Amino acid sequence: MRDFGYARAGTAASAAAALADPGASAIAGGTELLNWFRLGIAAADRVVDIGGLDELHGIALEGSVLEGGELRIGALATLNEVGEHPLVTRLAGALASACLQAASAQVRNRATIGGNVLQRTRCPYFRAEEPVPWPCNKRHPGSGCAALAGRHERQAVFGWTGDCVAVQPSDPAVALAVLDARAEVLGPAGTRTIPMREFHLTQQEAAVGGEPMRETRLGPGELIIGYRLPASADGQAYIKVRERASYEYAIVSAAATVRPAEGPGGSRIAAARVALGSVAQRPWRLPAAEAELPGTALTREALTPVIERAMADAAPLPQNGFKVTMARNAAVRALLRAAELTAGGHL
Amino acid sequence: MTLDFAHRVAVTLRLNGRDVTTVVSPRTTLLDWLREEMGLTGAKKGCNEGACGTCTVLVDGHRMNGCLTLAVQCADREITTVEGLAGPGGEPHPVQRAFAEHDAFQCGYCTPGQLMSAVACIAEGHACDDGVVREWMSGNICRCSAYPQITAAVLAAAQEAQGAPGTQAAPGAQAAPGTQAAPGAQETRGTRR
Repeated sequence: MRDFGYARAGTAASAAAALADPGASAIAGGTELLNWFRLGIAAADRVVDIGGLDELHGIALEGSVLEGGELRIGALATLNEVGEHPLVTRLAGALASACLQAASAQVRNRATIGGNVLQRTRCPYFRAEEPVPWPCNKRHPGSGCAALAGRHERQAVFGWTGDCVAVQPSDPAVALAVLDARAEVLGPAGTRTIPMREFHLTQQEAAVGGEPMRETRLGPGELIIGYRLPASADGQAYIKVRERASYEYAIVSAAATVRPAEGPGGSRIAAARVALGSVAQRPWRLPAAEAELPGTALTREALTPVIERAMADAAPLPQNGFKVTMARNAAVRALLRAAELTAGGHL
Repeated sequence: MTLDFAHRVAVTLRLNGRDVTTVVSPRTTLLDWLREEMGLTGAKKGCNEGACGTCTVLVDGHRMNGCLTLAVQCADREITTVEGLAGPGGEPHPVQRAFAEHDAFQCGYCTPGQLMSAVACIAEGHACDDGVVREWMSGNICRCSAYPQITAAVLAAAQEAQGAPGTQAAPGAQAAPGTQAAPGAQETRGTRR
């Protein structure tokens, strides 16, 4: 790890001012940043420790659940704090579940909910130590994409380009996207909010914007200070499919919310939201399914074709067609599980 | 409000019950500092990227990977390593005793990390059954694959702790994660800054 200068920020404003310098990086938990430094993915001359900023801590309910209340989660809450907090388990169960299925118990005691969504792809060609022995446009723009010609079974089925086929691996980001969370961001121009379903960019979206390697809408010097989520009484679930039962990145994942309605023929969906994870460089909401799901019976047989139609534009790579089927099934499971959790009486 | 960036930083912390003041380069990890500056080689450098858990130590009672923590981030914290587990007379910690009784290791390389993780796992209340222990101990890899014995040792130590409350609180723990929220509390803060 290269040497760097270190300072503790006393206020979010002083941190933001220091981060306006492109040679500066913020550190909170450091679980991702230290590995970037070791691999040469990032290098900083100055590191600003934001870990002591009280205003970035705290989990609270603002307003009431039934009348448009919001859950406010500070960026420095650790994944274990978010995942085990009673307000989060009660009002944002998909997020709690996603946090506790991420990483390991000891990593989750350091990793923060603010930093988590800024983690970068686990594509093995990207995670190489300098000097990177193969092409990777994220590491060395213009060098090419070794994954496209090489192994890419874990990479994208939506939104990729010939320049990069990587997926965003965050679990919490998928839950934040399905829950219509907004990130509160502090930057040189003051504070603003970014909807989490638009926070990350696919390679195609980045190319349209003229910056093909851009990964998020976060601007230079901007810092996530917290999130706001509409408090929801809907059933919620996060399903993570992986090769090991624990401490492993997702092959695919799915988050869902369901408000069921009892009808003469059994339970049907009154309203539902669905997002897929690890299928693109951003959490992948399925708006076509969300439009079609109301009135659909809560059975595997009825849900599967709805999800299938909403995923008709999937464009798998030669080695990852299985992810389309796996993601479809995960979405169906997430919807069924979310409905069960409503029936269990969340409130 | 301009920040002063330092390349040598004085850090005061509590290490295994002893106050220590040290001057470190900011890039020094807690793991490297413990092993190379303090001579505490119990925590191991297995993967140095947070994947194996053999560097697990307690920071204010919470288990963390020493390789993913900078020493400068531990100012004013209480650090406990495997060297700090034994009692004042050198008697093994109940979790150490349970590991020995259950043969919960073979080569022993991962054991210091397993022990620290187990102490925290029990204090957190995550040692209630086999499946929960396996999930909450998954951050500690054992390449000899002593997992069944490790799980048994953690459960036995947890049961013993329940029988004798207060004997196994994680050293330095203020409150276990998940127990911080008073019932009905609208706002809680982590004990970590």
